[in-house]
Amino acid sequence: MAEEKKQNGWDPKIAAFLCNWCTYTGADLAGVSRLKSSPCVRIIRVMCSGRVDPTFILQAFKKGADGVFIGGCHIGDCHYSEGNYKTLRRIEFLKIFLEQFGIDPNRLRLEWISASEGDKYAETTLAFEKQIRELGPLKLQV
Amino acid sequence: MKPKLALYWASSCGGCEIAVVDTELKILDIADFFDIVFWPCLMDFKYKDVEAMADGEITLCLFNGAIRTSENEYLAKLLRAKSKVLVAFGSCAYEGCIPGLANFFDKKAIFDCNYKDSISLEESSKGVYPVTHTHMPEGDIEIPEFWNTVKSLDQVVDVDYYVPGCPPQSFQIINVVEAVIDILKNGKPLPPQGTILGAGDKTCCEECPRERKEKKIKKFYRPQEKIPDPDECLLDQGFMCMGPATRSGCDALCVKANIGCRGCYGPPPNVMDQGAKMVSALSSVIDSTDPKEVREIIGTIADPLGTFYRFSMAHSILHRVQIKENGKE
Repeated sequence: MAEEKKQNGWDPKIAAFLCNWCTYTGADLAGVSRLKSSPCVRIIRVMCSGRVDPTFILQAFKKGADGVFIGGCHIGDCHYSEGNYKTLRRIEFLKIFLEQFGIDPNRLRLEWISASEGDKYAETTLAFEKQIRELGPLKLQV
Repeated sequence: MKPKLALYWASSCGGCEIAVVDTELKILDIADFFDIVFWPCLMDFKYKDVEAMADGEITLCLFNGAIRTSENEYLAKLLRAKSKVLVAFGSCAYEGCIPGLANFFDKKAIFDCNYKDSISLEESSKGVYPVTHTHMPEGDIEIPEFWNTVKSLDQVVDVDYYVPGCPPQSFQIINVVEAVIDILKNGKPLPPQGTILGAGDKTCCEECPRERKEKKIKKFYRPQEKIPDPDECLLDQGFMCMGPATRSGCDALCVKANIGCRGCYGPPPNVMDQGAKMVSALSSVIDSTDPKEVREIIGTIADPLGTFYRFSMAHSILHRVQIKENGKE
């Protein structure tokens, strides 16, 4: 891990929108369990992944995020019943958008991580960091 | 002394000029109240006439058209200096509009298409690209530079107000002009800088007379695929309609003519990015929870980016499409 850090002085910036009830709590569990998760992830807690407006994601890329990570409850388990269905559709849509925009859609990742899945949070954030390192920094042409 | 009025067209189609003239007899009131000092489309004024004016001499400037070339940019800066109030008039100046769709490409792609690859070029003309500066025995010829990215007016100068629409509807132009005359005659206070004039503060759906029911969309239809029911909401029927993500003010012209709103009045209040909001709106009504099926349903939209950002690409969060070099990002 140490060698992978600081390649050419660059670390990925990953903006993460995590739902309060599941993923955020899962991330917290990873923390108290002393599991190693990606330090490149900057967490923004939202009450539901369905709160994530596509505008936030585009704005995150505009403001310097190299990757955006959305974490929500598993399908069928949304605290507000249907919020994550909307998230699912929005992210599918946005990936098509990003492709048309000329931004690699792999820079946007949606994961369903429950409150008890601290290990899954750690694994997926580390894997996402690795993927973003491979993709390199996102340099937007204005 | 009559207040001075200027109208200018940058990278535009001339539709905004037509919309102003379409105010019919009101144009006589406009010409009566104002001293029109610059309007290249209709009157014979030159740039040097504007350059000779004092700063702030023009009371009101209605600037339409997007910023595509160095000439457009020069006039934007010149008119900003010479005008007290500068209005981004029409969708091009407000948000890029159709010229903004050029941001799906870059200067190289556009020039190659027009000057090298076009099938209507004669062989001898292929590969002859315009040059900004040419020296001839008689003198030097200068043409403007073609910028790589189309910009909206407020991306090059400070803009006081916006009048959206492609074009702004004539009845709305009359509303705006009457409000301006009211302010100038009766000393009413100016609205806050950045106010959108000549438009409503809701979405196009508010003005649409059609009946709306619950939306469950399994497929999006292109206009030629089936005949729309004239009374039912177009989006309910699966036709693309930008109404939910478009500002009101046009009196829902297009939906009353049985075609979906295209979004020409720009995003509704407090919305940064019209395309993103439309993604959000449609994601709520797509009738599926299976990712594969969701993709298929979205696949029935011919060109999502071009459809949702038809008018607002230049003003959107990302401004343009990222042009890949050698297939890489």
